[in-house]
This record gives sequence, C-alpha cells and structure tokens, in this order.
Amino acid sequence: MSIQQISVFLENRAGQLAEITKVLAGEGIDLRAISIAETADYGVLRMIVDDSQKAKSILLDSGYIMSVTPVLAVAVPDAPGGVASVLELLAEGKIDIEYMYSLFTHVEGKAYMVFRVSDEGKFKALLDSHGIQTCGPEVLGLKQ
Amino acid sequence: MKRYYQPEIETASPEQMRAWQDERLVKQVQHVWDNVPFYRKKMEEKGLTPADIKSVDDLKKLPFITKDDLRECYPYGLLAKPLNECVRIQSTSGTTGKRVVAFYTQHDVDLWDDCCARAITAVGGTNEDVCQVAYGYGLFTGGPGLNGGSHKVGCLTLPMSSGNTDRQLQFMTDLEATILCCTPSYAAYLAESVNERGLRDKIKLKAGIFGAEAWSEEMRRDIEKQLGIKAYDIYGLTEITGPGVSFECEEQTGMHVNEDHFIPEIIDPNTGEVLPEGTKGELVFTSITKEAFPLLRYRTRDICVLSRKKCSCGRTLIKMAKPMGRSDDMLIIKGVNVFPSQVEAVLLEQGYQANYQIIVDRVNHSDTMEVQVEMTPENFSDSLAKITEMEKSLVAALKTMLGIYAKVKLVAPKSITRSEGKAVRVIDKRKI
Ligand SMILES: [Zn+2]
Repeated sequence: MSIQQISVFLENRAGQLAEITKVLAGEGIDLRAISIAETADYGVLRMIVDDSQKAKSILLDSGYIMSVTPVLAVAVPDAPGGVASVLELLAEGKIDIEYMYSLFTHVEGKAYMVFRVSDEGKFKALLDSHGIQTCGPEVLGLKQ
Repeated sequence: MKRYYQPEIETASPEQMRAWQDERLVKQVQHVWDNVPFYRKKMEEKGLTPADIKSVDDLKKLPFITKDDLRECYPYGLLAKPLNECVRIQSTSGTTGKRVVAFYTQHDVDLWDDCCARAITAVGGTNEDVCQVAYGYGLFTGGPGLNGGSHKVGCLTLPMSSGNTDRQLQFMTDLEATILCCTPSYAAYLAESVNERGLRDKIKLKAGIFGAEAWSEEMRRDIEKQLGIKAYDIYGLTEITGPGVSFECEEQTGMHVNEDHFIPEIIDPNTGEVLPEGTKGELVFTSITKEAFPLLRYRTRDICVLSRKKCSCGRTLIKMAKPMGRSDDMLIIKGVNVFPSQVEAVLLEQGYQANYQIIVDRVNHSDTMEVQVEMTPENFSDSLAKITEMEKSLVAALKTMLGIYAKVKLVAPKSITRSEGKAVRVIDKRKI
C-alpha cells in the first residue's frame, strides 16, 4: 500500500519555501509531512498533503515544476528503537534508502515514516514478515 | 543512376581544382580592377595591383568586403558588367538598412543553375524526377535557384513557390512529386500536414533539399521520419549567388562547396587572419566566375569549419560544416570561441528547452561561464540524485561541444527573463 507524494523543484533562494507553503495554505491544503533535499543551487521539496489532487492542480497553475510519486508510508512502532528496527531490515536486505522522512501524524500510538528505497517489493516483503505495517491514505486521513 | 551532374569537376583531382582556381582568381582580380572603381580603390589602399595576385596563395593579400560595403555600394557600386549585359537581379530580404541587390548576366545564371543541378543530382535527382520547388519565387534566390537547377537536371519542375499548403499537397500527390525543395520550417509544416490529412501513403517523395534557414539534426530526423524521405541541406547567399554555393551529398556530413566557382576561406573574425583547415572561424567566399557581381573575400559572418577529408560519395569538393552561428554572436571564453547556438543545440539534445542564459564573468583573472537553463517537467524527478546525474551529463555534453567547462545552473521555469523582442541570451559581466 502506498500514498501519494508531491515533489516540487525549487531554486535555492530565500523565500522560495515560504512562498510555496503560503500558496498551498491559501487554498486550504494541509501539510502532513515535508522534507527538502538540496544542492547549492536547487532543491527538491517533498510533501505529503491531505488532498494531493487539489495540491497538484494548484501547483501546476502557479507554474511550479512538480511530480506525484507513490511512496511507502510505514507504521513505525512508537517506542524506543522503532525506527532502528526498520532500518535494520533495510540493512539486512541490502536495500538502499533514497530518502526517508516522518509524517507529523501519529495514529493509534504509531509514528509514520515515508520511505523511498531501491527495491520496494523486497522491502515490503521484509516488513510483512516482521509484522510491520505499511498504510494507505485512508489510515492517515488523506484524500488521494 | 547518374551520381554527379558534372563529374569531371565534382571529382577533379586537387591539382586540377587548384589550377582552375588559380587561373580564374587571377582573371577575376583583373576584371574587378578594370571595372569596379570601389575594388580598385580598396586594392590601392593596400598597395596592391592585379600583378600581386598570381595564385590562390595570394588571396589572403586582398582586402575583405563586408555587408556594410555592399550597402554602401547600393545599387550599382559593385557592378562589374554594363547593365545591358545583365539579365536579372535578386535581392536580400533587407530586414535592417538597405537591401543588397545582386546582378546576374546570362552566364552567371547558367553557372548558378549548374550549382543547383549538382545539388539535385547529389540527392539522386534525374530527368525521371518530379521536383516540387516550394521556396519563394521572386527577389528571394531560393525559388529561382532550385527552379533553374531542376530544369538543368531535366526534372519535371513544379514551380509552386511557398505557401498555399492545400495546393502544395494536391500537386505533391496528384503529380507524384519525388523531390521537395523548400525551407526546413516549411518542410516540417508540410510533413505535419501530410500526416494530419492521412496522405502519407499517397506521396511519392524520396528526397528533400532544405536550406536558407538554420535547422538542427533533430529537425532533419523528424522530417525524414514524417515524410519517409532523406533530407539534405543546401547553403547559399544572395551576395555570392544564392542556394547551391554548397550542397549535401548522400553522406549527410557537411556540404560540398562548389569551389570551382567560390573559393572558401576560414578566418579569425577578430584578426582577419586565415585559419588552417579544420579550425572553426568565419566563412569567407570569393566568387571567381561571377561576371556581373563578383565579390572578393566576402565575409559571410557565418561561423563554420572546412574539411578536405575524403568523402564516400566520391566528390573531391571541399566540405563545409553546417554554420554553427554568426560571428556577431561569438564569445571568447578562456580563449575559446563559443557560440550561443552551440549551447542551444546541446540543451535541445538533452531534453531541455531553448530557454537559457549564458553568464560570462571573470573571477581571479580567469573567465567563468555559467549556463542557466530552466528545469522541465520531463527532466524533473523526486530523486535529487537523478537530477544531479542529468546535470552532470549536461555539463559533460557542453564540455564536449564547447571544449571548455561551463557550470550549469538549473532554474525554475519562467525565471529567465523573457524580453519582448529578441531574447537576451548572453550576459557578459567582463565588460562591465
Ligand atoms: Zn560527399
């Protein structure tokens, strides 16, 4: 099960991030997770929002370069060592992490993290075999 | 099938070609000295008389002639034959300043037609072909030049002129045109129309001769695919004669210059010094057989490279590359000549749009070059690694094309200032 992630191309200039979040907030879009990867000149802003279709059309209308990609949202045990246990699985399976970040949302005593990895199928199987769940948009209350 | 229109010339030995050039150049210099006061004055200013020009080796002694000279001499200042021996004029479009008017005797027209006939034969044209000339007819040289060449080859000539796409397509299909001659942009438009109207199976085209405009290899492949033909380039300029100054053969790797009529040179646009074969510089032509409007060392402002490398078509005529820019646009960065058009070609090839800006600066006495290019939806990815990978391959492709390192800066769409008129492509901070 996966959720939709929105990625946006941003120039590495002051105010760029504030501007885009303002645009989204102005249209009532709620940010559930946000992460930035950057070089000296530009960056990729990744977001999970409550309504990805609406966010997509707002961003395109505002002239942003963006894409929507499915990513895995993993329900990490909300206890010490929770994240470590997932990372260990990845190391065991020799799966590379392209990026990961956490959602603001906590549900049913669980924390949620977004993972983008080199081999999603294998990662999924490992999680299943260790009883760690991934979750779809409805669990997180996302309209996608 | 006939491979050459004039085999004895097109495949002549270098010695034979050189002998013709020597003889004709000497004669031409005497001709302008005797008949064109403007040239006599220019030569006298350099302390030259016709006796100083004994062979092509002496060509470099002669002064250049520029477009400004032509404008200054408008209309009759460079005429070398009495008007009663002239039968035709052609003219440039003259977007700025005065037009240039070129005069032709019947002999000049004949030789020009021969040049175009060589081009048509080189793409496989014979008297069995139907040649659709969709270049403009009139003052523009495109239509009249290819029309004359087509007659000489013996093709059935369709003198369509440009425009009226319905009629073009009707004749193309009804009369089964096999060769199409027009500008590349019009060819692309016709190709699109052919496919839109489902006429692809009804056309019999096999080759196209497309010139008078800059066009890319991508555009060539696109037209070839859409029409199911081979697309060839042709080069020329009204000042020298018109299309057919040089033409492409089946190898499609540059254009053979009709050097028995036009001697090409490559010069450094800044110093005027003649550069060795294979070096990039400004193309200069001397017309050695033209009677009415002979130009000696005319600076075309086109930047290109000449090559004597053996061609598989068997022609020994020297080849010129597709012009890669105008000398007016040339930048010298770290001592290397760089043209915005080269940057543009790389960007298009790598899937970016031609919306870019080149920023040249000098840091610690050393030139720096930065190419700013807008990110495109196709090149964007949620993975930063993929984007930096593409950025690296763009830097590498630029390095291969330009010979120097250029920093690439990916910017957000619409962030490169779009001026109303001509786009500002270069910001040279070194001059400030
Ligand atoms: Zn050839």
